[in-house]
Amino acid sequence: MSTFLWGVLPYLCVASLVGGTIWRYRYDKFGWTTRSSQLYESRLLRIGSPLFHFGILLVFFGHVGGLVIPESWTEAVGVSEGLYHFNALLFGGLAGVCTLVGILILVYRRRTTGPVFMATTKNDKLMYVFLVAAIVLGLWTTLVSVGAGSEAHNYRETVSPWFRSVFLFRPDVAAMAAAPIQFHIHAIVGMLLFALWPFTRLVHAFTAPLHYLFRPYIVYRSRDRQVSGSRQARPGWSGIGTTDRDRQR
Amino acid sequence: MKVMAQMGMVMNLDKCIGCHTCSVTCKQAWTNRAGTEYVWFNNVETRPGQGYPRRYEDQETWKGGWTLTNRGNLKLKAGGRVQKLLGIFASPVQPKLADYYEPWTYDYQTLIDAPLGDDFPVARPKSLITGENTKITWSANWDDNLGGSSEMGHLDPIVAKLNASVRRESEEKVRFELEKTFMFYLPRICEHCLNPSCMASCPSGAIYKREEDGIVLVDQDRCRGWRQCITGCPYKKIYFNHKSGKAEKCTFCYPRIEVGLPTVCSETCVGRLRYLGLFLYDADRVTAAAATPDEGDLYEAQLDLLLDPSDPEVIAAARRDGIPDDWMDAARRSPVYALAKTYRVALPLHPEYRTMPMVWYVPPLSPIVDVLSSQGHDAEDRGVLFGAIEALRIPVDYLAELFTAGRTDIITGVLQKLAAMRAYMRDVSLGRDGDPAIPAAVGMSEETLYEMYRLMAIAKYADRYVIPTAHVERAHELEEIGCSLDFDEGPGMYESGPFGEASGRPAPVAVETFNALKQRQTSDTAMTTTAGGELRGRVNLLNWDGNGAPDGLFPGGPPEPGTGATTTEGQR
Repeated sequence: MSTFLWGVLPYLCVASLVGGTIWRYRYDKFGWTTRSSQLYESRLLRIGSPLFHFGILLVFFGHVGGLVIPESWTEAVGVSEGLYHFNALLFGGLAGVCTLVGILILVYRRRTTGPVFMATTKNDKLMYVFLVAAIVLGLWTTLVSVGAGSEAHNYRETVSPWFRSVFLFRPDVAAMAAAPIQFHIHAIVGMLLFALWPFTRLVHAFTAPLHYLFRPYIVYRSRDRQVSGSRQARPGWSGIGTTDRDRQR
Repeated sequence: MKVMAQMGMVMNLDKCIGCHTCSVTCKQAWTNRAGTEYVWFNNVETRPGQGYPRRYEDQETWKGGWTLTNRGNLKLKAGGRVQKLLGIFASPVQPKLADYYEPWTYDYQTLIDAPLGDDFPVARPKSLITGENTKITWSANWDDNLGGSSEMGHLDPIVAKLNASVRRESEEKVRFELEKTFMFYLPRICEHCLNPSCMASCPSGAIYKREEDGIVLVDQDRCRGWRQCITGCPYKKIYFNHKSGKAEKCTFCYPRIEVGLPTVCSETCVGRLRYLGLFLYDADRVTAAAATPDEGDLYEAQLDLLLDPSDPEVIAAARRDGIPDDWMDAARRSPVYALAKTYRVALPLHPEYRTMPMVWYVPPLSPIVDVLSSQGHDAEDRGVLFGAIEALRIPVDYLAELFTAGRTDIITGVLQKLAAMRAYMRDVSLGRDGDPAIPAAVGMSEETLYEMYRLMAIAKYADRYVIPTAHVERAHELEEIGCSLDFDEGPGMYESGPFGEASGRPAPVAVETFNALKQRQTSDTAMTTTAGGELRGRVNLLNWDGNGAPDGLFPGGPPEPGTGATTTEGQR
């Protein structure tokens, strides 16, 4: 079981993430969007969305720090295990709470605002389940660690080595198996979330427009070299509005 | 100097009757789809009025367009690149649906399904956003014809600006008393700017300006729906498709322009007020021109960008920069260049946004003429008109805020030219000799004034639309080819799929059908005898050119015993 969870599943998820992203990019560029619902409702979004997004960015960098940087490196620059842990729990916890509050506002908004709820697909709902679960479970590991005080489990001796070993194609199954249950569940849900990622609206994160900082303001482009006049029907040309009312009935 | 070509439009506002035909045909062609119900690529506003979306010109609220930094550089009014990226998770300045309007339909089904009863069934309005019953309180032209009235007029950002302004010498405020009221219509499409702030705002770089004709488009495959362009555009002419999650905008009907047809709004314009043609401009100087320190000089700076296509130096540079000769020819015949630069009667809308808009407007003389004729004056007399242009400050001030960033002298000059044309041509059309003093008073020659009159008043179709066709390597395919599957018994035969007519994937429709149809309709020979050969299988009356009776036009009669008899019958 351990071998499957920590030796096989990660690769399945990575395959789904990479392969799915490439497939989606090639076949569904038109569907690659944030699908913003700000036009429908913006008051709650103004609070919830930045809270969630900035929170999750911090959480992401925290994970990178915790999982990728080996414990020996931080100790080499004089950061003791206790100090590291204290900081990780404090800032990680704060970022996690921001993220959770943000997403709860967003989910509440999505459920209670009529047009936003109607624009929510099954795909979105599934994604929300995994996303919220991953965040909640992550906070749970933090809480357990805080509760345990100095006896807290040092995940940088179990989870982190395993995480790095996965990318070296020599998965250290035993290390991960030694971690407590809350880390196991969080990791599994996280992996599944990444497996699901390319097939949901989360793909917009992969096209975060950082190149905006560097590109010229005015973009010139040559006309598409295709037969002038006749064009294939494009997506986005579905008929006006009766489907909404059909759904109501 | 880098010469680039730009398709431009001029609208002669004196001719706009506010019929909204352009808006309706545009909507039918482009935004009659889910997600774009509230979107009007073309809309007609009554001015003074709030416009669509409401009060979009109030850039202190909406942060559209450019502004200058302390050092005199251009900067997006909504903020720099870092600031924009930080605000990306919930776009800080974004019109809500209520600023446009909540689109609706009617529950027509009730009219059919209602059980028999004493009461007449009513089709109730249903929101196209929520699907619920709704109350219609606003729309894209809700204040149509209410412009200038006391009820709505004060909501116009320009009126508010005028009333607050210290620039005006007269103490008089814009009031909306009946005898002082004025209004005119302002049709608006995307300006296809030379320095578009929507493009500069797009984090994904999905909005681009076409090198060939300057049309500004959104790449639907690269747009990620960050919505910064909607903030960036000061004209609010980029819209968010809430179903697809992508930005959409006026395309200048590029599939039609490419084959030499005018845009849908121009083609269907009842007042024939739109002109289409080419501008040549110097792309190297655009940014510098947009950064002109004084707002009042922006109009002149923009005019300076336009290059004279008859100038040998420009011709040489254009050839070097790959502009084809037939495009140069079209540029020389361009009606928009003539109106904007030669006669200097067309003005850009809100040059102070520093986007260098390429849809120009001939300001209306009608607010002044209306006042004069309602007071019993001769509104075609030069002296009366010129005097009125000086005296009726408020319409002039208002137009100046719209078209020249407050420079009333420019507006006055244009209106005087229009007045001179009116006064001069009255003499001519009454059979009297034209008074050469009239054109001289506005700095024009009699010939130029007459040419301007031909272009603006007679406005023949061929003079209004000078559109060079796009150059494609596969030019022979420009002729109508139909679908390659349309061979006999092929899957595309009769353009219907396996589940009956119109099922399956839609076959691409060539715009050239229009040209081919026109050619057939104006030719003298029947379609069946032309090179096109037989009609395919059956007759479509919509395509029938009225020449001859193609096979299958009439259903076959009962079988006759002798075929020879019917032939003689028919010949007699």
